[in-house]
Amino acid sequence: MTIQFNDETFRDDYTFRNSEWAIKRFPFPFHEDSYMYSVNMEQHRGGPKGSVYEKRFDVDEHYISEMRDRALVLADDPLRCQSLPHMTLAGWDLLELIMVSKSEDYPDLFELHRNGNQWRWINKPLGIDDTFTFMDEASLPYGPMEYITRQAQGDYAVLDQRENNLWMDAGMVTTQADWSLDFDIGMNFFEWHAPVPLAHEMGVFKRALKFLLNIQQGSPARRLNWTMTVNPLLDTSPENYHKWGRQKTTLTPENLGRKQHLRVELQTFYRLPRSNALVFPIRCYLIALEDLVTVPKWGRRLHRVIRDLPEELATYKGFIRNRPMILDYLAQYDDGLPTSPGIWPDIDTEPPLQK
Amino acid sequence: MSKFDFPPSIASRPVYGTLKPRKGTQHLMIADGAGAEALLDLVASAPEIMAQAHVIFISRGSDTHSEKLRAAGPAILHVGPSYPATVQRIRRVLQDTVMGAQIYLAGTEGLIGQAMNEALQAGIPLAAIQTEHRGSVARRVQCVHCKGITEGVMTDPFVCSHCGLNLFVRDHYSRRLAAFQGVCIDAEDPGEVPDPVELYK
Repeated sequence: MTIQFNDETFRDDYTFRNSEWAIKRFPFPFHEDSYMYSVNMEQHRGGPKGSVYEKRFDVDEHYISEMRDRALVLADDPLRCQSLPHMTLAGWDLLELIMVSKSEDYPDLFELHRNGNQWRWINKPLGIDDTFTFMDEASLPYGPMEYITRQAQGDYAVLDQRENNLWMDAGMVTTQADWSLDFDIGMNFFEWHAPVPLAHEMGVFKRALKFLLNIQQGSPARRLNWTMTVNPLLDTSPENYHKWGRQKTTLTPENLGRKQHLRVELQTFYRLPRSNALVFPIRCYLIALEDLVTVPKWGRRLHRVIRDLPEELATYKGFIRNRPMILDYLAQYDDGLPTSPGIWPDIDTEPPLQK
Repeated sequence: MSKFDFPPSIASRPVYGTLKPRKGTQHLMIADGAGAEALLDLVASAPEIMAQAHVIFISRGSDTHSEKLRAAGPAILHVGPSYPATVQRIRRVLQDTVMGAQIYLAGTEGLIGQAMNEALQAGIPLAAIQTEHRGSVARRVQCVHCKGITEGVMTDPFVCSHCGLNLFVRDHYSRRLAAFQGVCIDAEDPGEVPDPVELYK
């Protein structure tokens, strides 16, 4: 199917909306009625047709508008995209990975023509047709990582691997759940995760690092992570928190279903061939609670997860002050019926709401 | 009493030790304020290393410490008034270090963090760098909003010395910046700022 791209905003008047198609394919992150940290990695080898897992780099109806929002963020704060000097090769690796994947997975939208090092890249949705020399930075308007990630949804952390650790040495980060690339750049895996509560004690990061260090070329992995955001604001950065933080106080029982969004990150991990770096795309999907509860299973389950979440996690994820109001809203969509295992909506097999 | 036991903390926070004499072809010692006492303790246990020692001391006005260091007889002693006034010299001296050089950093977190960063950038292996905290427990904090660094932060929350926002100190430390992260405390409820409390109290 050809994607109908939305013309929408993720700031100010917030015209972002999910179509029926986008709601049904939303990556709901809870496979059971409760949540606790886990490494929860699986191979990223496709998934059900039409799902966000199907392609290597999912393109959806928000693509053009998200790229416009990224350009606005970068114009305001160029430090959101940084690459330490030794990471340029990894940037070329990433450019190649995305161009090859997108042109193969979406041949109607993207084309890549390679003749030796002379490459021609056509991005139809964004109206780009560039010819450049692979590995020659002077032939592109930006560095290779910035060039391609201005054309790819989601944030990108590019991790150098050395001393049995991963180092956050480059990235494009404009749709983050409240972390700062500018502050974290140069940190190792344990350092940049330092502010996360509970997980260190549980050994989650040690196990996750061990897994990630062993990711091989051609065998990417993935996991889902989540938080909550008031308004469909992609750029929930610490840099701008003094500007957007106040939006958390604008929820009322009447507007909550429209304004409160579940924010899900599809995190994938790819080994890069020349640099041996690991690229960590973090793709953000937003859904308003009023859209989410149109899937009965998800409405039931989200209520139970939010209700039973440990206080530290609700605080860390930034919605502790609004949790009571969110629960009042979600309780309307939980009739106490059991839910089917797994993340899929199961619209045809799960019973409709019994109240 | 210039020694302070930091409470157990986060994974990104540096851990400080006690300086011990090591075999080396050169000994570069950088200290500020009460950090001089850590160097003097080190020298007391191994006076012979002073013959190859280059000491850079940021006195913060303490003539007593400067005199004691001079009396310990280092090959070179430079006394500077502040870190910014001294950093170019530190860079230059780090360029001259040879294989097998030992680096000793002592004093405040700000001094240790910044000098550590310079040493690593100069290619000194981490294993050749020792640190010991002495003196003030004040933190260097970077405002995540305006990116300005406020030195000598003693309370939480505090006011950013650059943009004036009320910041709390997040448990997150960058070695590259040698600074903790400061985040606006009243973003959600402007003007509702708790009374500052002294750090580590």
